[in-house]
Order: sequence, then C-alpha cells, then structure tokens
Amino acid sequence: MNLRPDPTFYASPKIAMQAPVENYAFTVMLCPDGSQSDGLAVIDLNPKSDSYGEIVHTVMTPYKGDEFHHFGWNACSSALSPLSGHAFLERRYLIVPGIRSSRIYVFDVKEPLEAKIHKIIEPEELFEKTGYSRPHTIHCGPEGIYVSTLGGGGPDGTDGPPGIFIMDCQTFEIIGRYEMDRGKQDKHYDFWWNLPQDYMVSSEWGLPPQFENGIVAEDLLSNKYGHSIHFWDLRARKNIQTMDFGENYQMALEIRPAHDPTKSYGFCGVVVDTTNLQGAIFTWWRNEDGTWKSKKTITIDPRPEDPENLPDLLKGFSAVPPLVTDIDLSLDDKYLYVACWGLGEMHQYDVSDPMNPVLAGKVELGGIGRGTKHPNGKEFVFGPQMVEISRDGKRVYWTNSLYSSWDDQFYPGQDGGQMVMARVGDDGGFELDKDFYIDFPEGLRAHQIRLEGGDCSTDSFCYPSA
Amino acid sequence: MAALWWAVIVSGIYHGVNPGMGWPLAVSAALMEPKRAALPKALAMLALGHFLAMIGILLPFTLLIFLVEWDREIRIGAGLLVMAMGLYLLINRRHPKILARIHPARLVLWSFLAAMAHGAGLMLVPIYLGICAVGAQDAGHAAAGDLMAGNVGTAFAVAAAHTLAMTAAGGVIAIVIYLWLGLKFLSKTWFNLDLVWAVSLVIVGGFSIFSTIVGH
Repeated sequence: MNLRPDPTFYASPKIAMQAPVENYAFTVMLCPDGSQSDGLAVIDLNPKSDSYGEIVHTVMTPYKGDEFHHFGWNACSSALSPLSGHAFLERRYLIVPGIRSSRIYVFDVKEPLEAKIHKIIEPEELFEKTGYSRPHTIHCGPEGIYVSTLGGGGPDGTDGPPGIFIMDCQTFEIIGRYEMDRGKQDKHYDFWWNLPQDYMVSSEWGLPPQFENGIVAEDLLSNKYGHSIHFWDLRARKNIQTMDFGENYQMALEIRPAHDPTKSYGFCGVVVDTTNLQGAIFTWWRNEDGTWKSKKTITIDPRPEDPENLPDLLKGFSAVPPLVTDIDLSLDDKYLYVACWGLGEMHQYDVSDPMNPVLAGKVELGGIGRGTKHPNGKEFVFGPQMVEISRDGKRVYWTNSLYSSWDDQFYPGQDGGQMVMARVGDDGGFELDKDFYIDFPEGLRAHQIRLEGGDCSTDSFCYPSA
Repeated sequence: MAALWWAVIVSGIYHGVNPGMGWPLAVSAALMEPKRAALPKALAMLALGHFLAMIGILLPFTLLIFLVEWDREIRIGAGLLVMAMGLYLLINRRHPKILARIHPARLVLWSFLAAMAHGAGLMLVPIYLGICAVGAQDAGHAAAGDLMAGNVGTAFAVAAAHTLAMTAAGGVIAIVIYLWLGLKFLSKTWFNLDLVWAVSLVIVGGFSIFSTIVGH
C-alpha cells in the first residue's frame, strides 16, 4: 500500500499519453499441443538498452495445457475513480487465465526482470465459487477485478451460461458472480465499460464445444456463434439492452469503448459476415433517450484465391475471408487498428468521426495463401492478430496466434510465434519497424501483449481529457 | 469552550482534504458535465450527505445526555466507541466495497455512506459531548427540557460548522485543481490518509476518556 497513487495511474487518457513511454512488454506464450508449459515473456522495449527487442526474461508455469489467451492488470487508472477515495494500489500483478484449463495465474512483475508467479488459483475453486469456467478478459473496476468467462459449469462448459465474476484486487480471492439479471445473455467473450457513465458492454464468441476442438463449420454456416452485444447497468449489474447485429454477423468479439469518459460510443469487431465473408466493425452509441443503437461502419472484403492455396475449411469458397479477430483504439480515440487475421493485414482507420471511419494505413504481413514476409526477410506465421498500441499512440505491436486449434485449421502446417512492431506517422499511416522482430522459443505461440505502465486496452479512465 | 469549537472546525478541514470524503468527485463532476456550475452543485450534494451523517451520529448522543447522572459513563463509553472504530480501521485495512456500488450521480448518498463507513461522525462525538458538558456547567441547574433543546441545537451547530469547514477545505482543493492546476495534480494531491485517519480516531477517543477521568 503506497502513500501516493501509483505513478502509472492516469486521471485522463491525455495524461496517460503524455506519461513516460513503455520500457517492457509482457507477452503470453502458449504451447499448442500441451507438451510444454505456457508462460510469460518479458521483452525489452527500451531502445537505449543493449537487449532492446529481445526476450529478457521468461516465467514458465508448473502445469501444462493451460492455453494462455488474454490477461490484464490487478490495478489500472480506474483506481483514481473519485468514488473510491483509495488510490493506493500498485500496478504490479498480471492476472493470466488459462482458457483451456480454467486455472488462473497471478504474476508479480514489479521487477520485470525478476517476474515470478505470485499465486495460482486452481480451476476447482473457480467452478465452486462461480459456476463459470474458461476465464478470459480482465478489467479492474468497481469492487475489484472483473473477469469474463467463456464457459458455464460441467465438463464441456455448457451447464448454465458463462458470465463475469469478481476477484479481490489485493488478495486475489474469487468473490463471486457479477450478474444479478443477465437478460438474454447466454454466451460471452469480451467486455468493457465507461465507469463515470456507469455502463458496461459485453460480447459473444461461442460456447466451449464451438471452439475448443476447432471452429465448427456447420455451426458457423448455420449462424450459431454469437452475434449480439449486451449493454449493462454496470453498478446495478443488470442487462438493460441486448442488441442483435443480425445472425449473419458471426462472432462479435472485441469491445472498444471510446477512452474519453465523456463519450458514449465505441466499436465492436465482427469476425465474419456469413452472407459474403466480409469482416465488419460496428459503431455503437447511446441515444438521447438512453437506448443503445449501432451501425455497421466498416466492411472489409474477402480476397479471391485459388482453392489450391486454401485450407480445407475454405476451399469451397475460393476466397480468403478477412477474419477480423482483434481491434484496438488509440488513447486519443483517433485510430482504430483492425487485425485481419485471414487476409494477413493490419488496418488503421481514422475514427475521429466514429460514424465515418476512413482507412488511413495498411500493413501486409503473413496471411492465408499469401504469407507476406516481414521487411527483415523472415517469416510471419498465421496473420496479424492480438494488437496493442503504446499509450502515446506511436508504436503498434502485434502477435499472430488466434487460438491453438483454430491456427491449425486456418494455417495447417504452420507453427511458431512472432511479435512485431509498426511505427505510426505523425499524420497517420504506419509502417513495420524492420529491426523489431521477436521469434518466440520453439514450440510456443504468442498471444496478447501488455505494456509496462498500461496500454490502450487495459486502462479505464474516470476523468475526461479536456 | 473556544478550543472545542476550533476542534470542530479543524476536524472539518481534516475531513475535507481527505479524498475519501469526496473532493475528487467535485472535480470529475465539473469536467464530465462539462460546465463550471457542476462543481459547486457537487460540493453542495457532498456537503449535504456529510451533514446528514454527522447529525445522524450526534443526535442519538443528544438523547443520551438526557441521562445527566450517567454523563461520565456516557463520555467514557463514547470514547471507547471512537477508539474501537479507529482500531477496527487499523486492523481491517480493506476498503468499503459498498461505496463502489453507488451510482456516480448519487453524491448525497455516497457522501453519507462514505462518512459513515469511515467513522467520520464518531470523530466529532467526543468534541460534541465536551461542548455539551461545558454548556451544562455554565447553565447551572437549568430544566432538563431546556438542556435537551440546547443540546439538539448544539448538535446541529456542531454538524453545520464541521460540514462548512469540510466543504471549504475540499472545495478549495477541487476548485484549484479544476481551474488552475489541472488533472495531473489530482493524483499529486492525493495522499493516503487511511492510517493517519484510523490513528486519529484512536487518539480522539483516548483523549476523550482521559479528559473525562482526569477532568472530574
């Protein structure tokens, strides 16, 4: 417990952008076949350091088969909430769930070079206290750490709906379920919120049998994956509106609200429109009367491709779907980065006008049937996937694994993990940095990236940038 | 007597500068609206909640003072209660989760519960009882009814003076940050008073018991 707030808690997005830049990245590594342990890689991002752009420390877990995916901090800028009055937590621990094992690790990264496992929460404890399984997204909010889950109870996670549970942000004890009234919500994926405006938005991927052993083509073609997002009264813990994008908008995944808390809009990425294989971004916003609306504001077309160059799953379509698997919004709410994991492209949209996004930049790397090489001449397996933006908005980092069994279906025969970085121009546009290329150790893939001191998908702000 | 009233004022200033009593909410209200009028409005709502919490704690003691012959026991009991709250806050360093469940716009309720959860009203009890005791001595053998009415009036006066001082102190910080210093100073002026606060309760309670025993 500090006497002053942690210097990496920022009152507003603008203050976060002006803060000292990141010196380290933390990237989770997963072993696709469970033959090795998963772990956390600490990467040196200080350009003045001799080990810049290298993995300088790794922490491997004592178990196998966890499948690391998303993760987050024990505390972020939301600790400065004027409602809390107690801003003296430390941004020190990374909460890393295994989405296959339902085991949760707490890593102590106070000294990045000596990062270590602080606590392990066994799956049984999660099942017993919440009835949920397969923990996923982490955000620090009112009353503690909120964790979304992808599965309910039972061996295949379909006994009851998945939801969100709350953990204590100091002891990491699981407190219990979040929802008091979940309404129509029966699937889960991501969630985020606007703390002063007291709303939360959650999204849907699919139930565990729909993803754990690979994508189920019949379910996709019959539109059985998630296609709705849910709006919640955050503190009353009540679903106030379920918005169905339309059943063809399969897999509504990442929720990215505007960072400035005076704004009442945000974005949601949809993996694939089953009518035309397009990828799509919806802008959602709150009307004067308090109801929520949305509009499809970005579409990305599939690319025709010779079936010979396509995995079995896609041969019948003779096209590569963009597969919008991750999106991330810069802290000034200006640029939305959209990972097209199938195409092998990272797009940058100027969303200054959230209703009329404009494509401002594009980087080609990897991709189905194309496999664009990195400017340094090396391979980038799969396509651009988990993307993270530096707080100042000048550097964009990304890795390439989506989910072990899906990687193998869309990119059969490929394996490995890379992390790259692109530099953003002063007036938009972005280009890969030829000298930044991390190849993860043999047999491990790379998923989400977290930046020291917070990044563009961890911190929730309680005061406007004004 | 004057010293006790000064204690009321000083405790108000002390509560006011503590971010746990709400000045950051006034800053955020003004920035979120966004108009300046939101700041005094938020301060007024916080003040009302704090005042209600003070009066809510003091009034029951007003009724107790009616039992004049138990005065000494009541004052020692009150001192012990305040010390107990301080010790509880020292041992249980967890933050009251209930405050996180309140809608950000319901500032009166928030301020009331924040003051209650932190034992802010209890800190005033020994001072208030001191003022009443001195008042009773001055009044000599006034009728019990008059004494009672006087004590109720004193409770309101103590709560009001304290709340005014609190609002002024918190308001100055909020206004200076909002108008001049900017949000960067929000986290710079934000000190962890948890420990000091708990210790203050123990000291105030202890001093009250000591003065009751020695003073009589």
